[in-house]
Formats: sequence, C-alpha cells, structure tokens
Amino acid sequence: MADAPSSAPTSAGRPVVQLANVRKSYAVGLPNETEVLHGIDLDLVRGDFCAVMGPSGSGKSTLLNIIGLLDQPTSGTVAISGVPTAGLDDSALTRLRGHNIGFVFQYHHLLTAFTALENVMMPMLGDAGFPTAEMATRASALLDSVGLTRWRDQPVGQLSGGQEQRVAVARALAMRPALLLADEPTGNLDTKSADVVFALLREVNVAEGTTVLFVTHNPLMAERCDRTIDVIDGLVVARGRSAPPA
Amino acid sequence: MSPATAPAIPSASHGAPAAQPIELLRQWLPFEWIVAIRFLREGRVQSTFIIGGVAIGVAVIVFMSALMTGVQANMIRRTLTGQAHIQLSQPKETTRPLREGVPGLREGAIVQAPFQRLKGIDQWQGIVQQVRTVPGVVAVSPTVTGSAVVVRGDATRVVLLTGMDPELHYDILPLPEKIVRGTARATGTDILIGTDLASDLGVDVGDKLRVTGAGGVTTTLTIAGIFDLGNKGANARSTFMALRTAQALMNLPGGVTNIDVTVDDLYAAETIAQRIAGTASVQAESWIGTNAQLFSAVSAQSMSNNSIRFFVGLSVAFGIASVLVVSVVQKSREIGILRAMGITRGQVMRIFLLQGGLLGFGGALVGSVIGSVALTVWQKTMRSADGTPMFELMFSGALFGWTLALATMTGLLAAFAPARRAARLDPVEAING
Repeated sequence: MADAPSSAPTSAGRPVVQLANVRKSYAVGLPNETEVLHGIDLDLVRGDFCAVMGPSGSGKSTLLNIIGLLDQPTSGTVAISGVPTAGLDDSALTRLRGHNIGFVFQYHHLLTAFTALENVMMPMLGDAGFPTAEMATRASALLDSVGLTRWRDQPVGQLSGGQEQRVAVARALAMRPALLLADEPTGNLDTKSADVVFALLREVNVAEGTTVLFVTHNPLMAERCDRTIDVIDGLVVARGRSAPPA
Repeated sequence: MSPATAPAIPSASHGAPAAQPIELLRQWLPFEWIVAIRFLREGRVQSTFIIGGVAIGVAVIVFMSALMTGVQANMIRRTLTGQAHIQLSQPKETTRPLREGVPGLREGAIVQAPFQRLKGIDQWQGIVQQVRTVPGVVAVSPTVTGSAVVVRGDATRVVLLTGMDPELHYDILPLPEKIVRGTARATGTDILIGTDLASDLGVDVGDKLRVTGAGGVTTTLTIAGIFDLGNKGANARSTFMALRTAQALMNLPGGVTNIDVTVDDLYAAETIAQRIAGTASVQAESWIGTNAQLFSAVSAQSMSNNSIRFFVGLSVAFGIASVLVVSVVQKSREIGILRAMGITRGQVMRIFLLQGGLLGFGGALVGSVIGSVALTVWQKTMRSADGTPMFELMFSGALFGWTLALATMTGLLAAFAPARRAARLDPVEAING
C-alpha cells in the first residue's frame, strides 16, 4: 500500500493542536505525586498525519487524553482548532471535543445495543438530539466507505474485530472532526485488518485534510506516517519526518 | 476492499446513497430516550426481573388501596345512611351561677344542668342563606326532628320524626332511591316509614298511622312510601314527613330544630362545621364528631395503609436503584465512549434517570393490571352469606393514575444517585475500565 502524501487542500497550515509546556501530574499535593508529562510543546496543523511512539507508561495515552480534552493538564496551555481550552467548563469542553475530535481506540468501544449504522449515527444524534434521515444517509455513506455496506444493520456484536474497528473509524468521522486521535487502533488486529484501518485513516487525512495523531508500537506503521513523535518518560525526545510533504 | 485502496471517505452527505428506514429513525424519540430504551432492552433479563418486582409491589398497593377504600367507603356509607354530614342546632341551654367570678367569694352550690327543651333555631332562614355561601357546602335543608309515637291498632312504636322540604332534603338524603314500595312523596298528610317499622306495625303503602308528637299534638297520616336505608335500626325508627306537618306535631309552628348540611369533602366536614359555628350562633356537629370512634378507626386504617404503601414504595425504589447501580458499572465503558464523542454529563444523567422512570412506569403498568385482576377475582369469590358482594370495590382511574405517576416518580428518584454517578464518571477511567 502506498501512503498518500499529507495534503491539506484548503486552510493548509491552520493550527489544529497547540500544546505549550504541558505538564501532567497525578496525586497532586500528596506524597506520591507523580509527574508523567514534563512540559510538552506540540503543534499539529491541518492535514498532519503524525505517529506517536514510545514504550508503555511513557505518557503517550495521557498526552492523547489531554489533546482529546478527556483530561486536563496540571499546567501549560492547550488549544484545539485555535480555541484555548483553559477556563472552559465541562460542557464547553464536551462541545469542543464533540465537534472537533474523533477517537479510535485500541478496543472499538462500540455500543453493543445498537447496529453498526446506529453506532455511526450516535455522535450526530447526541449532538442534534433527534434522529434525522440526513444522519442515516451520512452514516450509511461512511459505512460504505469503510466497506461495511452489507453489515450496516447488523448488531455490532455480530461483526469481526476488524469490522468493529472499521465501524469505530466511521463513527469517529461522523462529525467531520478536524482531529482524529487513534490510540493503537491496529493493536488488536491482524496484519490485513490493520492495513485496512491504516488505509482508512490515511484516506480521511488526504480527502478531508483531517489531522491524524496515531499512537502505535509498530515502527513499520510509524514509518508510513508523515511525522513521528517519540514520547519517552513524559518528554518528546525525538521528532522525525517519515515522508516528505507533497 | 483492498488494504491499499480504501474507498473514498464521503466528504458531504449529498451524493451518498439514500439510507433505508432504520429502527432508530422509526423511533422518533430524543437521543436520551433511544439510548435508555436500548440499554434496558439489551439487559432484558435484568429489566424483566426488576419490572416484575416493581409490578408485584404496585399490585399490592393497588389491591390494598382499593380494598381499604372500599371497606372505608362502605363503613362511612352505612354510618351516613340517615345522617347529614353536618347538623346545626340551637346551642344547648346551660346554667350559669350569677355570682361566679366574684373575687374572694367561695360557695358550695351544686349547679344542676337544665333540661333541654325542644327549641327552634333563632333566625333559621338567615342562617340557611348564610350556610349556603360557605365554601364546600353543597346542600342545606332545614328540618324538624324529634320523638313521636305511632299507633296502629294495638301496636305502638316510638319513632324519630323528621319533617323536611323534599326538594331540599332529598339532595342530602336521596330517599327516592331508597323507596322499596310506594313513592317518596311528602305532602301534608303523607308519612314515609322504614321497612322494619312497616313490618313491626303490619302496615303497607296506603295504610293510615296515628302519630302523636312530643308537643302532644296528634294527627293521622297516610303511608306514602316505605324505604330501606340499609340499616335495621334506622329502618325501624326513622320516619319522614312534610316540614309543616312535623312543625305542627312538635308544636313548633314556623320553626326548625335542625339544619342539615352536606359537604363536598366528607373528611372536611369537621373543619367546615367549626367554620359555620364560628360565624353563626348555632351548634354545629359533623359526622366526624358524632362518630369519633369510627373516624378514628378509619384514620388508623388509612395510616396503616399509607405505611404499607410507603415501605412497598421504598423496596421498589431500592430495587430499581440497585439494578441501575449495576447497570452503571456494566456500562461504564459505553458511558466513557459516549462522553468522548461529545455527549454531555446532563445527557448521560438523563439516560439513566429515564431508565429508572421507565422501569417504574413499566412495573406500575403491569402491576396495575395484576392488581385489577386480583380485585376482580376477589370481588367474584368473596361474597356475603346471601351471595351479594361484600362491598363495592373502588376501581378508580385516579388510583391507577396516581399509582403510575408515583411509581414513575419513585423510579426517577431511585435512579438519581446511579445517574449522577454515571454522569460524574471520568471518561478516561471509564474507557480504560
């Protein structure tokens, strides 16, 4: 599979993620206080496809949670799509997250009470409040694009692991997010399924200009990304560009 | 799909194939309702058990409430068969020592209570008008009541005579409905008597009775109708006649001894009686005051019924809460991912509150049906010795409405703590399990 080069047809260079001196500590104020991120600076612009590598416990997931507005930094500043998150309350953070960030996790985390199509509709439904035909059309098209047209009305429990992860990718794209956070999305998949999921993420990146932050332990996968960030012991210690930009 | 050639991601909704109707769209419900219903459906065994538990609790409440209400209504109906809700009369005469209250004076006189003469109510027409304007009063009827002796051949009976204006009094005591022979007509020469009195005297409709009132006046009246008040004592003692006839017999021309009052709320009778006594110069006695023991028994029954309802409701609430607490733990990953995709804490809270409300409502619905069936079976099987129903059971729509509303409210309240817990879940911890 040939990786498409990073491209951002419009609004190229527009900042999507801006982290400045971000620190994160746990058990703050207690004797066992531990700092897991030690002042991270990171800028991602529209169209970036960036791999994040690092050993377990290095702080990759914490970094992703902070970028995904699921967690708050102890200090430092975070801005998503140009919106500083400092001082935003939970509702505002949730709205910002819902409209700008899509998540794909190592485990698909689909809602087993719903079909594949309904799972993809879920972010749109939660945002709008009521189901509409447009949501179903969009979700259906997304499932077509991930090759699951035949399985759209299947309960997700009846799908294979690779299919479930593809549904999760389609769900993450439902709100047309500017940023897609993929936390080891291929970690539980066989090589073929992993390639399919990676190709999907790359396709989103190329077609929509969606910024993708891709956590992986697989160096071959990382090489196929435009940039690679190494996180070791809570610090970004190396940055590399795997493929020249177009 | 080849790994190297992933299909194009749709950049816009137009141009994509039209979606077929799906279940989610057919529901046309708000997001929270859809998720709550699906979560309940997904855990259908758990949901079925808790709905069963709620249903049993609600069935007990419905059955007991209807039974108790029926018993109480029956008791009160029998008590109030020949009695007004409130009866006004002239205040009793009292003896007051003239020197009472003189400072330093001590005396050993015995004050003897006076004999209570038959007295009419002063200015009764004005009082009747005044009482009609009291809130809660639905009917007012001036009457003359007193003892009389009826004679038929060798047979003599002492009876309670009530003189009334049929147009007014039948709003208080629906005598026409209780007539078993003859009519409820009460003109100047008519008398209405009970079935037991008729039997004792060996008389029937059209026969004549010689009546001597307490005033010493005697007249002959024709039996126009024979009634059955559903109470043997009342049927043996009570007689009714025109107001003027009674006034003549009691030697009370133009006067009345009582004013009978009916109110819209039986249980407010005492309050209304006190209000009337406070504004008019009459003595007002409610059925509650004159039947204190009965009312106390009814109140005790109501209290025990309410206690049982409360504890059944409490156990229902704990049942729903425990199921939802387990559900929150089971669904924590789903809650985490919902939060990650932009679902607010408020929406998560509403999803679990709705589940509680739906469990309460569903259980109440099933419980109401079970309760109704049990009541019907009870009514058909439990009979008096003569084969008639023991008493009328109260199948009131309000009872079912209130039960449904209260059970739903109980479900919502029970779900509050689990729902708040779900809403407060840290998405990161929830997703990581």
